[in-house]
Amino acid sequence: MSKPCLQVRDLNVKYPVGSTFLGAQRWLHAASDVSLHIDAGETLGLVGESGSGKSTTGMAILRLVTPHSGTVRLGDTDVTKLPASGLRALRRRMQIVFQDPYSSLNPSMTIAQLLEEPLQIHANMSKSDRQNAVAEILRAVGLHAGYAARYPHEFSGGQRQRIAIARAMILHPELVVLDEPVSALDVSTQSQILNLLKAIQDKSGTAFLLVAHDLAVVRLMSPRVAVMYLGEIVEEGPSGRVYDSPGHPYSMALISAIPFPDPVRQRSATRLILRGDLPSLMRPPSGCRFRTRCPFAMEICAQEKPPPAPIEGGGTAACHLHAHGPRLRGRSVQTLLTNRPGEVPQAAMAASR
Amino acid sequence: MSATTMQSAAVALPPPSGFVKRFMRNRTAMISLIILLLITLVAIFAPYLAPHDPAKSSLRAIMKPPNATYLLGSDDLGRDVLSRLIFASRLSLIASVQAVVIALGLGLPLGLIAGYLGGWVDMVIMRLNDALMSFPALILAVVIVGMVGPSLTNAMTAIGLVYAPRVMRVVRGSTLSVRQEVYINAARATGCSDARIITRHVLPNVTGPLVVQATVLMGQALLAEAGLSFLGLGVQPPEASWGSILGAAFPFMQRSPVPTIAAGLVISITVLCFNLVGDGIRDSVGRMRRAGD
Repeated sequence: MSKPCLQVRDLNVKYPVGSTFLGAQRWLHAASDVSLHIDAGETLGLVGESGSGKSTTGMAILRLVTPHSGTVRLGDTDVTKLPASGLRALRRRMQIVFQDPYSSLNPSMTIAQLLEEPLQIHANMSKSDRQNAVAEILRAVGLHAGYAARYPHEFSGGQRQRIAIARAMILHPELVVLDEPVSALDVSTQSQILNLLKAIQDKSGTAFLLVAHDLAVVRLMSPRVAVMYLGEIVEEGPSGRVYDSPGHPYSMALISAIPFPDPVRQRSATRLILRGDLPSLMRPPSGCRFRTRCPFAMEICAQEKPPPAPIEGGGTAACHLHAHGPRLRGRSVQTLLTNRPGEVPQAAMAASR
Repeated sequence: MSATTMQSAAVALPPPSGFVKRFMRNRTAMISLIILLLITLVAIFAPYLAPHDPAKSSLRAIMKPPNATYLLGSDDLGRDVLSRLIFASRLSLIASVQAVVIALGLGLPLGLIAGYLGGWVDMVIMRLNDALMSFPALILAVVIVGMVGPSLTNAMTAIGLVYAPRVMRVVRGSTLSVRQEVYINAARATGCSDARIITRHVLPNVTGPLVVQATVLMGQALLAEAGLSFLGLGVQPPEASWGSILGAAFPFMQRSPVPTIAAGLVISITVLCFNLVGDGIRDSVGRMRRAGD
């Protein structure tokens, strides 16, 4: 394994949300004990449903929201402990591409101004050098260098996202957080942007944290994924393994929600369909946070927080099923739904229908 | 990669449609703007346009009705009213600009800071603001002028001070909404300092409402100046502004109504034009922002 570019340990992000009538502060636990690492030049996919805290995690890594506790190390630097001035200097090493290219570009600045700004702040370059760099990065993202004098509203969504990517990449950062970079775009544009991101990564060796709810996008882009549920990472591992034999029931449910393009396969597929809504982040369930919606929930799930268990084929899953009950011991949750009916609990039978 | 390059380069962009074009389509605002420009030109070229010396009095021409020599008649000291109005336009306009510049100079930075930083800074600034706004503008100006002595500069400084909270409220409100935009977060992620974010990212995006407010304030400042000068608290003789001409002509309105009416009309038309131009800008800017979304 190469040297890690980003190392996140036990990151907690809480937002104060008023207080109870006794005066105690109430908190919204947006991200709880999130740990992950990304190697240099690698892409880690971070998936989960809306409100699972994946964007918050990305923002907290860049300290665009202030983490409550935990450490974020970019290379050898602890991002969480930097003073404001040091943090601004560090920004050249980590960047972000936002979801909505319609609101992430200042409408009153030209493309040249938008792209030159990072250079003005971080690089001591002459005006002509900056202009050359802008022209170069515009070509790299597939835009005409002559567009530099135009304003963002003159461009389409895909073109704007290219500009946002150019702005993030112009300083050659070590890490870029891609916060749902294509979910606001047309499907036809999505693949162009994804290909562009891949091409840029191949050339620059930048590490990506790809935050997305589109599982197909994540599978295409990242060799490794982490699955978030209610502010916690429930499973982590190589994409192929997580997609084909998920070790956590929530991953299983997420992945079985991907439609197959083939209707015959679609009908015969084993699916795990969740009921109910995401519980409140202000009062997360005790023990395993997924237990309220888990078809395999056992007694222990309400009492103890499941530790990450190693899964066959790489990665970990934080689920009691691997040590208790059916004792999967690292096997896929799918085994509970498909074969050996003797081992399958009743709840699983009901859920598989 | 090369395929995507070709494709993007081939996409034709629509021609940029400007704020100016939209403003020019607004006939009322355009006419108002032209009138204001004419008044400004008159102010600039006053020595060439005025038929008489505005300060020269003639005992043979006291309170004459309009005639061939004195197009708008003459005042109680036998001075040509038209020439006086032409020269007074200089003082009136400069005085309004002065007040608006002071209002902007105070209100704009305070509004930006209060809106962007929020928290206790916002609290303190806003409470001071509320205190200042709770006074009627003209009365406060009268008090200030009363304390520091009557002169046009003092009067307009007072007016500027009194109007600063209005600018501040507008700027703070726009800043609050701009602050929520993703591009402000993007600027922070780029590593911009707060000062840079405020000047480069927030300020250009609050200029729309700001220009509207400044234009409307121009009219109001003109009116306030006229009011103060009418009361003798603004411009001091021998200099004259529209308000002081009105004030001087008013006691003799029964005998010679034309100077009063002329001065009043000039003030009203100018104020109205400022307001209409302000409305025009507001409408055009609004459409620009929507087209940009």
